[in-house]
Amino acid sequence: MAERYGAIAGAEQPSRGQAVVHPSRSEWCDVAAAARADGFDQLIDLTAVDYLTYGADRGLPDQVAPERFEVVASLMSHERRERLRMRVQVPADDPTLPTLFDLWPGSESLEREVYDMFGIVFEGHPDLSRILMPEDWPGHPLRKDYDVGQIPVQFKAASNVR
Amino acid sequence: MSITDTAPSDSADTGAGAASAEADRAAERVRRREPSAVLRMSEAEAAAIGGDPDDADDDELVLLNMGPSHPSTHGVLRLMLELSGETVLRSKPVIGYLHTGMEKTGEQLTYMQGGTNVTRMDYASPLFNELAFCLATERLLGIDVPERATWIRMLMCELNRVSSHLLFMATNGMDLGAVSMMIYGWREREEVLRFFEKVTGLRMNHNYIRPGGVAADLPADWRTDVARLIELIEPRLTEYDTLLTGQPIWRERLQGVGVISAAEAVALGATGPLLRGAGMAWDLRRDEPYLFYDQVDFDVIVGTHGDCYDRYAIRLNEIRESLRIVAQIIEAMPSGDYRVQDKKVTPPPRSRIDASMEALIHHFKIFTEGFKVPPGEAYAAVESPRGELGVYLVSDGTSVPYRVHVRAPSFINLQTLPHLMQNGLIADGVAIISSVDPIMGEVDR
Repeated sequence: MAERYGAIAGAEQPSRGQAVVHPSRSEWCDVAAAARADGFDQLIDLTAVDYLTYGADRGLPDQVAPERFEVVASLMSHERRERLRMRVQVPADDPTLPTLFDLWPGSESLEREVYDMFGIVFEGHPDLSRILMPEDWPGHPLRKDYDVGQIPVQFKAASNVR
Repeated sequence: MSITDTAPSDSADTGAGAASAEADRAAERVRRREPSAVLRMSEAEAAAIGGDPDDADDDELVLLNMGPSHPSTHGVLRLMLELSGETVLRSKPVIGYLHTGMEKTGEQLTYMQGGTNVTRMDYASPLFNELAFCLATERLLGIDVPERATWIRMLMCELNRVSSHLLFMATNGMDLGAVSMMIYGWREREEVLRFFEKVTGLRMNHNYIRPGGVAADLPADWRTDVARLIELIEPRLTEYDTLLTGQPIWRERLQGVGVISAAEAVALGATGPLLRGAGMAWDLRRDEPYLFYDQVDFDVIVGTHGDCYDRYAIRLNEIRESLRIVAQIIEAMPSGDYRVQDKKVTPPPRSRIDASMEALIHHFKIFTEGFKVPPGEAYAAVESPRGELGVYLVSDGTSVPYRVHVRAPSFINLQTLPHLMQNGLIADGVAIISSVDPIMGEVDR
């Protein structure tokens, strides 16, 4: 099934029985649009993984150069009852990716979450702001170099303590 | 609404009018981005504007915060509402008040401990979180779970769906002023939780479904208990019908309120009763059968109008369908193991620990170090009471997941709120929030 998009995306490889394609960043929107036109009417999920400290073999197809970040989108075709997963490599020195908002408006809060947690900027997103963390929060918590143990207590030093 | 029709202009891709197709797509993009139901304004901006109109005589537009502490927002949901009089124009759900970084925490816990973490996300239906997490882990491990364990999982999940929907009935009633319904809903839910306590030891946050099976076998007299539950709850549902379903006040309060079309719901990523209420027959139990749902007989309940009343009726009838499934499980339950007999995943039985040094070592290793999971990534989804609950796991070959992501249905369903509330009254907003049934623990994770 992924072969159809593999042709556009350059690389496909099933993962434990699930259809996965690996478009490059420049192919991201084209593959998404092709899948959308092909009946994948719902964006089920969009998330990211920070592979900074990953010790094992990534298992990527040969054509795909591994980068630090990977954005993973899961699509659903209700008509054919099929799923398709798109995995795209996003480099650490330029963590940007075009938004999928124009294809699936439901990507809005998912992309905001990925921006909030990983600092990946979705170009063309209508309201790319933090969603779970406070608006003025420094850093992106789900990055692997964000330490779990060193979070200052946020509201400790309130200035107007009576 | 900005996205009333979300069908893409895919006819455009057929060569001939490529230029006009591009123009169509551009027009579509503009239409989706024009000022819509969603208030895209930061909290800082909103705070700067403040609540009062600049000119009291001239302007009726007011920004109002509803929540995060408000009895009808189901926890700590804050809504920024742009109001004209009592009419909601645009709105924005502001979330994160319950964010404790559970996905980050998941990266510190072994697969065996992971269940204790994910079970706290959707605290009204904890067993579904555990199930999705375990299905993803088992997909990575490549193990098959014994039949009895699978049937036990189904039994517990369907009962959990009953308790979760009963909680919805209670809170929905409370939000709309039918306070007696609140008492009834909690009362019946308590009966289900009592059975959960007997089986798992806990009323909530069970950590009962574990990778490889379930934590313990069902108690000897479970059939009597479950049969009693069905006998108890079914006639009570008829009472709810008398109390609410046909009652004119209830109908007037809900019908035609918070309408969403199937196309909109799909475009916004909505799943579960929200999607089925809009007329789309989509239920993972039927359309992508997991566990043994292909061996039981049940109906997918679908609405027609996509309003609050449909969503109420769907949940009420889903309780009936779940009880129907539970009755079939009582008949179908086989004997056998309740967890996989794979020594790498399952700790040895207590009796072996006294007799065998290897068993003792194994037991110790599994609970301290955990079991190793082959590298790779996998996604597993289940139909939770709120929609598609998915878990995306990445393993690096150690006993701790490299990344745990939960596709929380409430988080994504919440995106429909501004669209449901637009041009409605604030009072209807209360009914709408209630009918989306978000669980904030799952939204914020």
